[in-house]
Amino acid sequence: MLRRKLSRRQFVAATALSSAALISAPYVRGAYAAGKLSIGFWDHWVPGANDASKALVKEWAEKEKVDVEIDYVTSQGNKNLVTIAAEAQARSGHDIFAMPTWWCHSNSEQLEPVNDIMGPIVAENGEVNGTVKYLGQLDGKWLGVPACCGSQIKGPCSRIDLMKKHANIDVQEMYPAGSPPKADNWTLDTFLKAAEACQKGGFPFGIGLGETSDSVDTAGAIFQSFGAQLVDAKGNLTVKTDAVRQALDYYKRLIAFLPPDVSAWDDASNNKWLVSGRGALIMNPPSAWAVAKRDAPQVAEQCWTHGFPAGPKGRFAPYLPYFWSIWNFSKNKEAARSLLIHLSKPASIEKLVVASGGYDLPAYEKLTTLKVWQEEGPPKGTLFHYPNPYNHQTLSIAASPAPPKIAQQIYFQATLTKMCLRYYQGEKLETTLTWAEGECEGFMRS
Amino acid sequence: MVDVTFQPNGVAAARTARKRGGLRNALRRKSTSAFLMTLPLIVLIAVLVIYPAFYSLHLATLNKSMSRFVGFGNFEFLFKRETFWLVVKQSCIFAISAVLFKALIGFIVAHFVHNVPANKQRKWRGMLLVPWVIPPAMSTLAWLWLFDPSYSAFNYTLSFFGIGPIPWTGDAVWARFSVILVNVWYGAPFFMIMYLAALKSVPEQLYEAAAIDGANWWQRIWYVTLPMMRNIIAITTLFSLIVTFANFDIVRILTAGGPLDHTHIFATWAFRVGIEGSDIPLGASVSLFMVPILAVAAVFILRDINKRGNEA
Repeated sequence: MLRRKLSRRQFVAATALSSAALISAPYVRGAYAAGKLSIGFWDHWVPGANDASKALVKEWAEKEKVDVEIDYVTSQGNKNLVTIAAEAQARSGHDIFAMPTWWCHSNSEQLEPVNDIMGPIVAENGEVNGTVKYLGQLDGKWLGVPACCGSQIKGPCSRIDLMKKHANIDVQEMYPAGSPPKADNWTLDTFLKAAEACQKGGFPFGIGLGETSDSVDTAGAIFQSFGAQLVDAKGNLTVKTDAVRQALDYYKRLIAFLPPDVSAWDDASNNKWLVSGRGALIMNPPSAWAVAKRDAPQVAEQCWTHGFPAGPKGRFAPYLPYFWSIWNFSKNKEAARSLLIHLSKPASIEKLVVASGGYDLPAYEKLTTLKVWQEEGPPKGTLFHYPNPYNHQTLSIAASPAPPKIAQQIYFQATLTKMCLRYYQGEKLETTLTWAEGECEGFMRS
Repeated sequence: MVDVTFQPNGVAAARTARKRGGLRNALRRKSTSAFLMTLPLIVLIAVLVIYPAFYSLHLATLNKSMSRFVGFGNFEFLFKRETFWLVVKQSCIFAISAVLFKALIGFIVAHFVHNVPANKQRKWRGMLLVPWVIPPAMSTLAWLWLFDPSYSAFNYTLSFFGIGPIPWTGDAVWARFSVILVNVWYGAPFFMIMYLAALKSVPEQLYEAAAIDGANWWQRIWYVTLPMMRNIIAITTLFSLIVTFANFDIVRILTAGGPLDHTHIFATWAFRVGIEGSDIPLGASVSLFMVPILAVAAVFILRDINKRGNEA
């Protein structure tokens, strides 16, 4: 048998050669060299809107060589909330998940801070509104990147013809397309008079008093217009205050002009109310108008989305943002960060907003005047004031400024609408306040 | 014996053979094969029922942020809450009245079907089982449209007779009635089919003897049918009580617990507190509160069955 002996010199030379070859050789990336990323996006109700986010992610994934998997998780039946709870418990699941309103705070211990990417995003897109900071930040740490998909303002959507005929209010003149609002007289008193006039005319305002989000959001904005808070920012109980009493009194007068069944309304009821042509106004994002465009075009062409009426303490409108958050158990945090930067580019945001027909709202101040809101119709300009382009109203969420973990309980237990309903049904004001105080005390447990 | 003396490893071989024989015998035993055949199910139950049950027990002993052991702290907190006692009361009203009506309707309908000529019975049985075979989440959606606050088909029909509109889901009393009605509609066929099976097993001679003794229709039911069906009635009632207490979908879809929390039951309130309110330990405690109530019911009902078994 022939044996070849390797000398020490030969060994050193061979090692040096192969090392040099390895170092100098060009790096050839594999198909998915940057690993895998799994995303749980909110399943958009607008047909085709998911395609836009899919295309943006694909574009990024091809460039960055990342293998991406997207799940569109619906909010129907709160499936997204159940998924969030399950992933938080299992400490496993998607890398990025679309967190609705309160869920950044309720999962704050398990979310990756994203201050490093939020700085450049805000620098490019402009400052975010106060509600986004309230819901997305904890002790200066960003718990997610504000997502435009699913973020919405639940302002009034009025019938132009019915408001003109019964309440003598020209909503188009008050909120003209293309120019600032002339809504100084659009106050809660005017609103109440209009509600009465439209009810007498046979077209009551469709404002729910149930336990679902739409009902709670409207109550929240009206309470805030009176400066009424159940729990203040420091966590003190502030139920038994004059502001809360005033808000309840106002609601009691308003309920008298609403349809008699509003206590049983859910989030679909107000949409049906508008589309059926039975009401002169509802509080909703443009989804009801979009459905009317398809099912009742004669109703849709009379719809105008505009700002909230102002109360003694200001003009507040309900704003419900989504956030894209990275779980701290994610195995590819760097790729997740890179994708969120890509999705937050002005061009990406515009694509997403256009795909949603103007429903989605970016949180950034430089992105509230996109073309889509000027052009959507009929009637043309109906969505112009939807994104609050002149910062004419304060965007807020019901139960704020209470610490978010307490506010979340107030919000989901629908304490505000329950108070209004109890008082309207004949309970003494002080009894209602005592009941609400007891509820809020319970929400403060840690 | 001779063989053994010629084999150096004889003892070990005999032990192995005995072992093999033992395994073979064990496998031949009916109980072993029965155990092996049910093993997949046992594993499935362990993974999907026993583990989550113990996990929820563990969760119920944690504080809101799940960082600290609080023992019975969550239950102490719940006992002080007005809404919790409202939920306990409503769960009892919901479960007991729904089970009573399901049993009563099931019993009556089972008698009707039992008296239908044999060649037509299959058709009736099939039709009457329809509510039970439709997934309740789907059928409740149809009920939701019938009860819709603004566009109720029932109210539309009643308006022709000058009645209504009835606030089916907007008024506390009507809302409770509506959720119980849907539960009865969904669950009565189960009672019907169980009672029908029990009726078919009552020997015809007993009725003939009762007829000879001059028993009327009511006496035949009271002294023959009911005593013969007692065990089935007890088991069905217990089973239905457990399922109805733990109901979620009907209330969640129809009223979501409203108005003013007057239709919340344990499962819907646990979801509201645990998932929507992000207080999972408190939600787990709410749902676990069903266990002692159902355990007491089970003890009473099953004790009665044992007693009768011994009498027999």
